[in-house]
Amino acid sequence: MKNHKTIILSNQEISPGYYRMRILAPEYNKLAQPGQFVMFRVQRSLPPLLRRPFGIFRVGYAAPDCDGMPQKEFVELIYKVVGSGTEIMQDLHQGDRVELLGPLGRGFDLGDPDEEKILVGGGIGLVPLYMLAEKLVANSNVRLLMGGRTRDDIITVTEFERLGVGTYVSTEDGSLGEEGLVTQVLERKLKKYPNAQVYACGPMPMIDAVQKICAAHSTPLQVSLEALMACGVGACLGCVVKGAGHSEENPQYLCTCKQGPVFQAEQLDWNRLENQSGDCGGCGV
Amino acid sequence: MSELNGQSVKLTRPKLAVEIAGLKLKNPVMPASGTFGYGEEYAPYLDLNQLGAIVTKGLSLNPKAGNPTPRICETVSGMLNAIGLQNVGIEDFIKHKMPFLDQYNSPVIVNFFGNTLEEYVEVAARLEDVPGVAGLEMNISCPNVKQGGIVFGTEASAASAVVSQVRKKTSKPLIVKLTPNVTDIRVTAKAVEDAGADAISLINTLTGMAVDVKTRKPRLANTIGGLSGPAIRPIAVRLVHQVVQAVDVPVIGIGGISRAIDALEFLIVGAKAVQVGTANFVDPNAMATIIDDLEEFCQNEGIDDINDLIGTLDA
Repeated sequence: MKNHKTIILSNQEISPGYYRMRILAPEYNKLAQPGQFVMFRVQRSLPPLLRRPFGIFRVGYAAPDCDGMPQKEFVELIYKVVGSGTEIMQDLHQGDRVELLGPLGRGFDLGDPDEEKILVGGGIGLVPLYMLAEKLVANSNVRLLMGGRTRDDIITVTEFERLGVGTYVSTEDGSLGEEGLVTQVLERKLKKYPNAQVYACGPMPMIDAVQKICAAHSTPLQVSLEALMACGVGACLGCVVKGAGHSEENPQYLCTCKQGPVFQAEQLDWNRLENQSGDCGGCGV
Repeated sequence: MSELNGQSVKLTRPKLAVEIAGLKLKNPVMPASGTFGYGEEYAPYLDLNQLGAIVTKGLSLNPKAGNPTPRICETVSGMLNAIGLQNVGIEDFIKHKMPFLDQYNSPVIVNFFGNTLEEYVEVAARLEDVPGVAGLEMNISCPNVKQGGIVFGTEASAASAVVSQVRKKTSKPLIVKLTPNVTDIRVTAKAVEDAGADAISLINTLTGMAVDVKTRKPRLANTIGGLSGPAIRPIAVRLVHQVVQAVDVPVIGIGGISRAIDALEFLIVGAKAVQVGTANFVDPNAMATIIDDLEEFCQNEGIDDINDLIGTLDA
């Protein structure tokens, strides 16, 4: 983890309101683990004052500008424009100067290769699942259940397919794939594949529903949470969630930035979770 | 001095060291409590030995859970927080956090608070013999639960009472951190000075509030929070200026400092040192940059010793 003062390689709209930003990021191929995030800042800009947390979509190498130069190591973020910070981001261009603090946080546990892997992504919550899928396909069968409100919220599914992931799309308005919620697809898949591990990221009501379904099937679940955070390194204590052992007398708060953003479902207090904030509209306040 | 291309050039580096209540600081820059955790969170990004001092997160007698979420929200050039002073408690701090900080040669200032007069006294007494604790910073912006929740620091008599009791229990340099949420901060400043404070730091956050206009809910679960960041700096500079005029003890300036030129404003109005808060969240290396830039400023302005700059406001 390091603070890089770096530049944007590209920043493109991939679906209405969704952008993919590629940033020059030395060492990320070595350091970044599936499920980790970065704290992003536009250099020399105020507002926004605070950095914004973004899940890492993927890392890689881009061709050099000319033969003989080293390849360019990059990190890719995908964000949804939801507020003042992301509104500024959507207008950034190649060469614009930004800062990246990361990679941060605890990522996904890859689990047992013999299990079926079911990834559940809701809208922008899909982002941290891509790197996970890249790792999981080497040893396991991987399925992605992708849900959104409309077809515009269904992003990068073909990229998952290229990895060899089986994909199942559902939209609330039926404009793409099955009509309805992603959780009804999950119900069916868990009946079919009882020996599965589920990995989920998305809006809080979806995560909450996924937890109930997995608990009913006794299926292990890892969730990646979103939260408002100021520092990303465990100092501000702005991003806490209640842990499983939490009580008024014996409080147990976990930092989403440091002990998460990925948690095993049993680490968290689900009775209280749905009332907790965590909703930054896709990590971009 | 030496000659270079016919111009005289200073080869000595300007002195940045300052002294506050017997604490020798290698430079006037330290973190503001609550924005730097227990130091360990920032150690991967910043050499803690570079800092003038290390100031810990506020500690209480018993561990404190803090407030429900959301605890923070961004505002124009600032942020509101209502963390609720979540901390591990003094015993856990001494056992698990202090040994880490003790490795560094920067003096460690332990920030503490209480919700009763007795709690303040007990925490201060407990820290008296802890190795590595160079000084104490007392947060008096807390409600006194035994006195109908009135904030110690908003009432001169309450502030005076709690500081004088703590004073009896500690031989360490005692810094009292003032709340700006008062009618005339000079009154509380004078009261804590008379009660035995060795130094005064200010400002703590200004109380504020923000509303989500769609849900019509407050943006913080606690409704009200503390405003920090660049937005509050002019208010902080004014208050530090007023307090410097009113007291004889050294003053530490806090409020919206994110660059060296911000810190310089406070030093020029008479603060002997500064604390950097919200800027640590934005840039974990902020304090190192500020220290470097202070040195460069002094060099460029021909100032050999930063003490020659302190309190030189031309007004």
